[in-house]
Order: sequence, then C-alpha cells, then structure tokens
Amino acid sequence: MKKLMLGNEAVARGLYEGGCSFVSSYPGTPSTEITEIVAKYNEIYAEWAPNEKVAMEAAFGAAMAGKRSFCGMKHVGLNVAADPLFTISYTGVNAGMIIAVADDPGMHSSQNEQDSRHYARASKIPMLEPSDSMEAIEFTKLGYEISEKFDTPVLLKMCTRVAHSQSVVETSDRIEVKKDYEKNPAKFIMMPGNAKRRHPIVEERTRALVDFAETSSVNRVEKGADKSIGIITSSTSYQYVKEVFGDTYPVLKLGMIWPLPIKLIKTFAESVDRVIVVEELDSFVEDHCRNIGIKVEGKNIFSCIDEFSQNLIADKLGKETVCGIKLSDNIPARPPVMCAGCPHRGLFYTLAKNKITVHGDIGCYTLGAVPPLSALDSTICMGASISGLHGFNKANGGDSDGKTVAVIGDSTFMHSGMTGLVNIAYNASNSTVIILDNSITGMTGHQQNPTTGYNLKGDPASKINLEELCKAMGINRVSVVDPYNLKECETVIKEELSVAEPSVIISRRPCALLKYVKHNKPLVVEEDKCKSCKMCMKIGCPAISMVGGKAKIDNTLCTGCGVCEQLCKFDALHAQKEV
Amino acid sequence: MATKNVMIVGVGGQGSLLASKLLGRLLLTKGYDIKVSEVHGMSQRGGSVVTYVRYGDKVYSPIIDKGEADFIVSFELLEAARWTEFLKPGGKIIANTQQINPMPVITGAAEYPAELDKKMLSAGIDLDAFDALKLAEEAGSSKAVNIVLMGRLSNYFDASEEEWMQAIEESVPEKFLDMNKKAFNLGRNSK
Repeated sequence: MKKLMLGNEAVARGLYEGGCSFVSSYPGTPSTEITEIVAKYNEIYAEWAPNEKVAMEAAFGAAMAGKRSFCGMKHVGLNVAADPLFTISYTGVNAGMIIAVADDPGMHSSQNEQDSRHYARASKIPMLEPSDSMEAIEFTKLGYEISEKFDTPVLLKMCTRVAHSQSVVETSDRIEVKKDYEKNPAKFIMMPGNAKRRHPIVEERTRALVDFAETSSVNRVEKGADKSIGIITSSTSYQYVKEVFGDTYPVLKLGMIWPLPIKLIKTFAESVDRVIVVEELDSFVEDHCRNIGIKVEGKNIFSCIDEFSQNLIADKLGKETVCGIKLSDNIPARPPVMCAGCPHRGLFYTLAKNKITVHGDIGCYTLGAVPPLSALDSTICMGASISGLHGFNKANGGDSDGKTVAVIGDSTFMHSGMTGLVNIAYNASNSTVIILDNSITGMTGHQQNPTTGYNLKGDPASKINLEELCKAMGINRVSVVDPYNLKECETVIKEELSVAEPSVIISRRPCALLKYVKHNKPLVVEEDKCKSCKMCMKIGCPAISMVGGKAKIDNTLCTGCGVCEQLCKFDALHAQKEV
Repeated sequence: MATKNVMIVGVGGQGSLLASKLLGRLLLTKGYDIKVSEVHGMSQRGGSVVTYVRYGDKVYSPIIDKGEADFIVSFELLEAARWTEFLKPGGKIIANTQQINPMPVITGAAEYPAELDKKMLSAGIDLDAFDALKLAEEAGSSKAVNIVLMGRLSNYFDASEEEWMQAIEESVPEKFLDMNKKAFNLGRNSK
C-alpha cells in the first residue's frame, strides 16, 4: 500500500523492516522524529540517551552483542559523538549498526551549517545519502547489509529537506536478525597493538567499498539526450536538478557519498562535454573528482553557503525563471519568539534589568537573545555556557565575578553541562550557573530526559535530583526559584552573585506548552489605569500589545502567568478572579 | 499532469501541519505523486512558517520556489503579503484576514502595514480574503482556522465533498471530528 511518509518516519520504517532491535539517540532538529517514531514499534527497544556520545556507544554495544542497532543525531551531535565514531570504525561491528546524522543547510534550527560528509571520509566509514522517503527506507535497510558485509558502522546522512519532507513510499515486512557474540579482544580492544593491526583492515575495507560503489545500484546514471553537460549530484540537490532539467542532461546520482567510485565517475565524465557537480555546502564530491583527475566545475558556479532550490539551480545554469508580484510595502519580519507564558521570560527580564553578562546555551532559551529582552552575550554549543562562564571569570581575575551568569536548560545540563560545573567547583571560579528547569527538552518538541521522571516510551523512569546532583559535584550553594515570581528571582540572583563562591540557581517551572500544565485565565487591563508607560512591553510577550495607547491582552495567547502584572506600577493589569 | 503547488503559510502554532496532512491524505487517494515539506524546530515558536504541498505525475523538488505556487493559503494577512512573490502568474491567494502582530511590531520597531488586502488586490494579485477566525469560532474552536481555510480551498479543487470528508476523518482525532467537519463546511460554503 502506498503511504505518504515523512523522511524521518521512513528511516524509522527502514529500521523496523531492516530488523533493528536497539535504538539510542539524543534529540536534535532535524533528526528527532526518527527516534520518536521508532519508539512506537514494539519489536524495537528505543531510548533517549543523555547525549550523542552515550547514544552512539550504547548502539555500538548493542551491535557488538549481536543485535542490529541505530543511533540518530543532528549534525552538531556528531561532533559530540566523534570520539567513539573514529574508533568503532576500527573495531567494526558484529550485527549491523547505523548512525543517522541530519544536516541543516540554511540553518533552519541550528547554530552552524557544517557539512557532515567530511566525517565519513575522516573516520573512514561508508555514508549513504537518501534523496526522498522511499530511498530513506531502502538505504536504511541497505545500510545494515553493508554494515555486516563489510564489518563497519554505516552513516546515513539526512538533511532538513529530506528529513522533514513527506513523499510516497511502499512498505514491506520486517526481518529478524540475531548474531552470536564471541569474545574477540583483537577486534574489540583498541589498545595500540590491536589498533595497529585493525587500521590496515580499515584501509582494505575502504578499497572493497570503492569496488562496491562502482557497481551497486545505489549509484546510478540517468540518461539525458543533451551531452553538453553532465551533472553529478545527490540528496535534495538531485531533486532540484531533475525538477529544472528533467531528462535533458545525463545525471550521475550518487546514493553512497563515501567512499566514492572512481571508474563510474570517469566513464560518466568521458560521456559528456562538461562535468558539473551540484552539491549543497562544501565541495566534497567536486574535490574527489578533481583528485581522480577529472576537469570539473562546481563551487565556481554554486555557493557553499545556504541551501539550494530549483530556481537557484536554474539561474546558475542559465535557465529562465519567473517571479511573482512583490508588494512595495516593507513587510516586517516575524522571528520566532518565546511563547506566551514561557517560564524563561521572567528570568531573562531580571537578568537584562540587572545588566548581567549572560553566557547562553542551546535550547528555547536562546530566544532570550532577541529584543526586547536582548539578555544573552554568547551561544556556542551544548554545555558551552557553563565552561565559557568559568573561563570568562578566571580570565577577568575576579573583575567579572558577581556580574556574569550561565543559563542552561535541564536537558542541556544533562547532555554536557555537568562536566563544566565540575570544572567550576574543582578549579574554583566564583561563578553562578542558572539551570532553567522547564521539566522537558523544549525546542525539539518535548522529549523526556533524565530530569523529567519519564522515558522515551512515556513510562515512569529514574528522575535525577538536580539539587543533590549539583551539591554532589561540589557546589555548596544551590537554590531554587520560581521564574514567574520576579521579586524572588531578583533577590536570589543578587544574593548568589554577591557571594564569593560557586553557586547554582535552579529556575524551576514546567514549559507552558506541556499538556499537564494548567493555565490561568487571561489577564485583564483596566484601561483607565493604564498610563501607556509600556513597562509590560519590556518582557516581549506575544500576548501583549499596545492598541490606541493602552495595553491589550490577546486572550487566545495569554496563559495568565502574571509576570506582566508584577511590572505594572499603576495596577492596570489584573488576574481574573475565579468565579 | 504538470506539478501543482500549494503553499500553506502562517504563524507558528496556528496548525499548518494539520492542514498539510489533510491535503496530503486527499491527494494520495487521488493517486498523485506527492511531496509535502514542513517546518519543525525553532521557527515553530511563533515565527513565520511555511509548508509546501506539491502533487502531479512525478514530483521531484520538495519545496516551492518564487513564481511557482498555484495557491497560497494564508492563516494571517501579513504572512499572505510576505509570500506574494511565490505566486505563479494566474495563481490565487486564499487568506484569513486575521492580523497577528510580529514581535518587531509589538516592540514598536516596525509597523504592521495598513490595508494589505486592498494593496494585494490593486497590485493585481488574485486574492480571496475572508474572516476564517470568525467561522472557526462558529464551528466551536479558534484552532479550526486551518480546516476552515481548507474548506474555502476545496472550492477550487477537483475533489468531491466525500473525498474531503474521508481525508478529514483520517487526519483528525475522533473527538474533534464533528467540529472539524463543521469548520470545513463553513469554509466551503462561505464562498
């Protein structure tokens, strides 16, 4: 039966059909749905790990034990998991193992635009790259075959437009795979003597995989009548090329992006006048073509910045496009904002009001950077707020003590914030860390984590006590505040900043979008009391606007959190009395 | 059949994913090749969101580019104005006249342009604008704006009412079914 399936759902389906038994992942846009959907198959054990490194190592353990396994992450997550990646390339697997990495060209929801294909070459691990949902199913299953045949983990490279596009698929049945585990120190213990013997095996494996790439149907030539141009492409770039040119030019469509074939590319190049590589981000395939002695064009025509589209391909290759009517009015941008009732808002208001330097982190609270709050000073990667704060304070020799904090979410703290906090305690910087505990992994769409008390399947799970954890790591001053209470927030922040020792403030209130969170009635404005001072506008709440010089509450958005009420000096904003 | 393109645009949280899901279900029963491209993650948090629905004999690109959209279905007036360049010559915009201020307007850094519907019409854009929010509330929930708009769109689509109803049944939870059917019919019959 034909179905319309999201790319990530198709990977989950491919895992099911391909006999996967174990999944461990950390959420990250645009990869999250693979693991959320796989958790619905009873045949597959699935979990959220605290971070990508843990997930990959767990998936490796499962593959070593003899079960087909999987871990999924976004591109920057693979940086976190790079350590095991490079060494499990040496050990190889027992049952098959697939690592999905989802890139985000155009940075729809990411802090950088890295091209994860470089990891395949660097770690010498084969990488498959589907261009739609049907290929996502097929390549996932093929990945397990390659993994076991060539004794290697396999990378499955997704990108936003494949992961978050639905296209038509046909599904099939599941196969079951179980291999026996036998102790094999020479293969699995990577101390120098053994690793030295494994490295040549890895090089030989890559040579064998090149032979596979030459003949496998995963790479294919599509005929075209006009041989003045031949296009080498993959992933969504392939879709854009076909959209614009159909069957006009010959196309070499690559489904395995590492290792790349040599003879296949040379033969293709000889059959056309000009060879053009169309690939998003870096010149990965283009460089390979040049390395094997082919005269090739690519990044001289196409940018290494941002994602592509059909019009971009058409423009660059000289085909006309049309454009619709543009209005002469300036259309104001609509950037993402913290939701009405977001517990982070009150805390960021307090930090901005007190002109505190704030080292930020990755999550919904990165939105504390945008006006009118403009509360953040830095955002780098998961966990960098805490470690960065330590370095900032140490380098200032005490001058920034009492004026700086780090803010980090509960899930991000579990992911890679803990080691930074240990460093603050161990190397004694006078730093204050604020854990924004909204009891969920918010930005990626509400995933459970070790602090929430529930697991991926929604069953009750061990719940980390953040207060006890921080104390155990050597932080003696740990306090808890309610971010809806501005006075309490300000008092505690000022107090902790004034003390000459490390401290942690846990700003605790569940995300306002969680289903179990009850909202209060929308606030009401007493118009004759409103003096148009716009104090209530300073928190950047989407539910408040000024209409005719008076504050106005949007009843469809307001959750009745009451933060604006505390800002009004004229008593014009009120909670509605319960009737 | 050459590929047809429908863009669904709005503000994060307005329910564009359900609208595209419904449209996808409908088109699948008609036997088309389909691609639906969605937005997840950061921009969902109250930002400008766009979903692309493409169908035909064979669909390659998952996205719709400038000058390609046969229909733009907009949940909000400013968002309709934002995407006019994506409309194909001869294409149509179906827009909810509801206005939601973006943060730069709320903070006073920018102004919400006045009379956008009139400006679009005078620029030669085929605009079908109406108050979908009012009809959604009439159906029982302001959240049903998405289905009201699909009802309005159905007037221009080659699909029977039964086919739409079947797609609605497959797309929404049982307990909201009657409300959504009502919302669809209010949208469909408002034209």
